[in-house]
Amino acid sequence: MNLTLHVWRQDGPEVRGRFETYQADEISEHASFLEMLDLVNETLTREGKEPIAFEHDCREGICGTCGMMINGVPHGPSSMTATCQLHMRLFNDGDHIWIEPWRATGFPLIRDLVVDRTALDRIINAGGYISVRTGSAQDANVVPIRKRDADLAMDAAQCIGCGACVAVCPNASAMLFTAAKVSHLGLLPQGQPERYTRVLDMVAQHDAEGFGSCTNHGACQEACPKGISVDFIARLNRDLFVSSWKAAGD
Amino acid sequence: MQLDAKIPAGPIEQKWEKHRFDMKLVNPANKRKYEVIVVGTGLAGAAAAATMGELGYRVKVFTYHDSARRAHSIAAQGGINAAKNYQGDGDSIFRLFYDTVTGGDFRSREANVYRLAELSVNIIDQAVAQGVPFAREYGGLLANRSFGGAQVSRTFYARGQTGQQLLLGCYQALQRQVALGTVELHTRHEVLDVVVVDGVARGIVTRDLVSGEIESHAAHAVMLATGGYSNVFFLSTNAKACNVTATWRAAKRGAGFANPCFTQIHPTSIPPAGAYQSKLTLMSESLRNDGRIWVPEGAGDTRPANEIPEDERDYYLERFYPSFGNLSPRDISSRRAKEMVDKGHGVGPMQNGVYLDFKHAIGRLGQSVIAERYGNLFEMYEKITGENPYEVPMRIYPAPHYTMGGLWVDYNLMSNIPGLFVLGEANFSDHGANRLGASALMQGVADGYFIAPLTVGNYLADLPRDPVTNDHPAFADTENEVRDRANRLLAVNGNKTVDEFHIELGKVMWENCAMERNEAGLKEALSVIPEIRERFWTEVRVPGSGDTLNQSLEKAGRVADFLEFAEIMCWDALRRDESCGAHYRTEHTTEEGEAKRDDTHFSFVSVWEFKGVGEEPALHREPLEFHYVPLSTRSYK
Repeated sequence: MNLTLHVWRQDGPEVRGRFETYQADEISEHASFLEMLDLVNETLTREGKEPIAFEHDCREGICGTCGMMINGVPHGPSSMTATCQLHMRLFNDGDHIWIEPWRATGFPLIRDLVVDRTALDRIINAGGYISVRTGSAQDANVVPIRKRDADLAMDAAQCIGCGACVAVCPNASAMLFTAAKVSHLGLLPQGQPERYTRVLDMVAQHDAEGFGSCTNHGACQEACPKGISVDFIARLNRDLFVSSWKAAGD
Repeated sequence: MQLDAKIPAGPIEQKWEKHRFDMKLVNPANKRKYEVIVVGTGLAGAAAAATMGELGYRVKVFTYHDSARRAHSIAAQGGINAAKNYQGDGDSIFRLFYDTVTGGDFRSREANVYRLAELSVNIIDQAVAQGVPFAREYGGLLANRSFGGAQVSRTFYARGQTGQQLLLGCYQALQRQVALGTVELHTRHEVLDVVVVDGVARGIVTRDLVSGEIESHAAHAVMLATGGYSNVFFLSTNAKACNVTATWRAAKRGAGFANPCFTQIHPTSIPPAGAYQSKLTLMSESLRNDGRIWVPEGAGDTRPANEIPEDERDYYLERFYPSFGNLSPRDISSRRAKEMVDKGHGVGPMQNGVYLDFKHAIGRLGQSVIAERYGNLFEMYEKITGENPYEVPMRIYPAPHYTMGGLWVDYNLMSNIPGLFVLGEANFSDHGANRLGASALMQGVADGYFIAPLTVGNYLADLPRDPVTNDHPAFADTENEVRDRANRLLAVNGNKTVDEFHIELGKVMWENCAMERNEAGLKEALSVIPEIRERFWTEVRVPGSGDTLNQSLEKAGRVADFLEFAEIMCWDALRRDESCGAHYRTEHTTEEGEAKRDDTHFSFVSVWEFKGVGEEPALHREPLEFHYVPLSTRSYK
């Protein structure tokens, strides 16, 4: 198939960006979206032009490195699919495809389609862990965990930290990301001692990073390549309410 | 080159315990006077950095990713082994040790492997305490499954995302230390060289991938946890950025490279679909627990799978290996798949795969059970191929996946360069000539959490506590070499892309130094590689400049190193004139077509000393002795 791409190019954070138009010709329907971009970049390189900078690594949908707006939708038209797992059979010959970086205050642009997502790491730094010293753990089967809880924790823990939830949210909120970690750890017995300080600290950091508040649009759940449910945001809100109340009582 | 494995004396069950007691300790108040550098934030790197920080050392950790959570450990699917014997099916530390030594076809060190088996139980405890949501049974206890090459159920898993969950555990532990200020994290920094001062590792040179700035960092010890080199084949299951640069640069500075030809070709990856293929996607080996592998009995049969009757299907693994069947070890399963495809039994549009069929399992267990076990893998397969594996069998084919070879290390995980420690896939230590499934995560975590923090401490205890600086001229010299090289890459200005050379190299390696090797092919590769390298340095085009984010430049540096490193792999495969595990020399096979070891002449670790680009490296040998697992021929019949 032959495609026309409109790609956001921006040399750096302080430089004005613009859309550039490229042809992607004779693309196999079995190629992945990133393989299609690889081919465009190979052509640009041979022509002596600078290839489009975009991030990717595992190309298996698990590392969370890739991500771009494709026709206005994070990770493109296929649900529960990261950009690297998107295949060209979902497009038609002659399509125009608009490709843009994640756009959010919390994700400053670095170059072309590459943005800085370290704000998400700083949210984890604020409490997205269980404090356990290496070597101090008891036998793993001492504390049984209900399968239902373990499964639900796993549903939340699947987050790949790609930032699609932020990119799609009208408020550029990272609440689905934050809630996924709060829920993952809060559902497990090991996560209880820090449960309420964790949620307070992580939400405070989330806000400090310039992410907006959640106003229950639910777009994040649709955009999430792992299908993480907004129910986890409700869970976070409940813990947040309890923790605020506990904090007031202390 | 001095190679002393420093294996502690005493019975194997007591070596690590005794060694832990014998090692020197650093007074808590003095720990903060020592600085260590960790390169890489995969399981081994993140675990080591977090633990060293927690112990009180000052740690600097470097990754070329935008976040520590992206490292390729995250992509491991199937699981992690541990000798917990929670299933009561006869497992034990000794059995895991035994399986790993025999699985590695007697080319690993007994003492290291025993320690790994011993520590495996601590790993599960640690991970669960961190909140890793392993699969559980209805009673709330941990679930296990059997996994490639094991007859006991000792594999712990978190759906098909075990690597992700374990890595996030390590990543969270690391970020906690970053928040506490014990660890300084440098993201988007690629390590491009190791600084050796008077024969001792003293630092690294990095390039800031955003600003292009090249700078050096000094420390009392350097720990490389930079993964494997499967991307030498261009197409592999590794993430696109995985590379050999850090370990190869260390080798060029004098570190011995051990068993570089021991590369694992994983049997269950999705076959390539076309020339544009950028990487291969693994389908977890766990699928082999319920899937049956077959090809059409007649060569050149192009009927759709569902139209081929049962009696015209060849379940060749079950036929060749009745007791292990579809669970035969990776090297054997891969070779047999290649054999079937080479004989014309390949399936799919390019006749380049074999079937992995769930029809019988779905019939026996129902679709919902299969969906619970493998749902996410089935979805991934469908996204990539457009085929629904609940209805038509998957197509699979072997792909480069893991490299058992790596920098040589002693029992303390220190290379022959004092102060340079190597962890995880980047070292050679535990898997011999073939790694068993679910053992890579185990080794990465064991090295990072439980071994290196103690052995590095033991090393530091003997060093003066003076602050280290980068004002020795070796730092400036190494920085300049790195800078010159980047400038040279940018200045070639030829007419071919980096990928064109990488693809060309990959093809040479895949054809001559992958699943099957022989003298003629290896000599051919050794004559072709220098020629590709020469053309690379005159014809490559690296657009852009060195002082911005330049992904072409990053790639070019990595491929330039692969073009040097590839030769050492071929030398190793050529000089190891026997077959063992994944190293299959067509000249040395048993009558049944299995790898035929030559223990009289090759029971050693090959350790290669760099002698110059394009020069034949020097071979050193660390003899291997087996006192606990009697030398035997692997049999999976």
